[in-house]
Amino acid sequence: MEIPEIVGAGLIVIGAGLGIGRIGGSAMEAIARQPEATAKIQTAMLIAAALIEGIGFAALFAK
Amino acid sequence: MFSKLSVSLALVGAMFLSVPTNAQDHDHHEDSHAEEAHETHDHAAEEGHDVKAQIKETIEHHLSDSYDFTITEGVSFPLPVILFDEGLKVFSSSKFHHGESVAEVDGNYYVLHHSKVYKTDALGHLTMDEHHHPTNAMPLDFSITKNVFMILVMAIFMFFLFKGAAKAYQTGQTPKKAGRFLEPLIIYVRDEIAIPNIGEKHYKKYMSYLLTVFFFIWFMNLAGMTPLGINVTGNITITFSLALITFLITQVSGNKHYWMHIFWMPGVPVVLKPVMAIIELIGLFVKPFSLMIRLYANMLAGHVVLMSIIGLIFVFGSWLISPAFFGLTLVLSLLELLVAALQAYIFTMLTALYFGSAVEEHDHH
Repeated sequence: MEIPEIVGAGLIVIGAGLGIGRIGGSAMEAIARQPEATAKIQTAMLIAAALIEGIGFAALFAK
Repeated sequence: MFSKLSVSLALVGAMFLSVPTNAQDHDHHEDSHAEEAHETHDHAAEEGHDVKAQIKETIEHHLSDSYDFTITEGVSFPLPVILFDEGLKVFSSSKFHHGESVAEVDGNYYVLHHSKVYKTDALGHLTMDEHHHPTNAMPLDFSITKNVFMILVMAIFMFFLFKGAAKAYQTGQTPKKAGRFLEPLIIYVRDEIAIPNIGEKHYKKYMSYLLTVFFFIWFMNLAGMTPLGINVTGNITITFSLALITFLITQVSGNKHYWMHIFWMPGVPVVLKPVMAIIELIGLFVKPFSLMIRLYANMLAGHVVLMSIIGLIFVFGSWLISPAFFGLTLVLSLLELLVAALQAYIFTMLTALYFGSAVEEHDHH
């Protein structure tokens, strides 16, 4: 049985979503604990999220 | 084909008109629309299918580069086509008549097929292979296309904007005019992006590139949100060029520690060193590749989602549902404005990070 491409796209989105969600959640907790370090945490969060997003897009576009 | 402008006008109209009194109007509108598009079809199902095909065509047309600059439906101006094919051939893209006719230049014939120039005969025949791709010869194309034109316009605009901002500092320390808006951004790029990632010692020589790339991507992303239908940063060739420049600058400025960390990683067992070298070598090319894909995919996805939601208005064709999609488009447009700045920030940030890794001076492990 052939699995349609869209299933793979869905799996990618689930994976990337979980990853970015975890990063965002952890960053929220970290900011709540240490509000004075908000800027640094945000930067680190954005970089990590961008890296995951990059992999997600690469997987989506490479069929 | 409906331009973004007329779509938004129709939407604004929809917001102000009450539903019941215009039900008849709507039917009439739908009919005339379908008629002018495909006169031969009668069935409602087929009409729906045609609208979808039309929307798909509109989106594809918007995303691809073109040889003329379309401002709105029917208002466009041609751009020069520059081909290198047994000598330089320069002619106006109006010769193609929007891809409908064959352009004849010095005894050679050219035709447009899916926004690409192919060499052909006087009648414009294209021989297709089994995948429906033309097998005709493609001349080397250096045309000033819509994207190239927009880059040139933006370059001139940015040159005068920043020159004006810089001028104020020759007489005093207070920024004037546009400088008041630009100064905090420039300082942000310096203090939050360049210095923490590259370091106090080396950051200065990379500032010009970081600022250029930040403002270029940001302004281009914002230009993509105008109804002119510009999609420069959502074009993989342009993001490829930006990533290539970052890659080259990183490799050129790499010091001996940088190269040692790639080919002979210190602090790991000798058996592991060749394995690490292979992984690091792959990583060298993955970094700019991910830069390229991230910007391209983000902007492309943004445009596709926005235009698809506008297209849904025509699929449903109902005055009841349209305002909801109008609201959704508005909210997503605001999100896209955030993404425009965020992608410029992330591209600059990661570029600075790679430069930093190239010039970093290690204490020996």
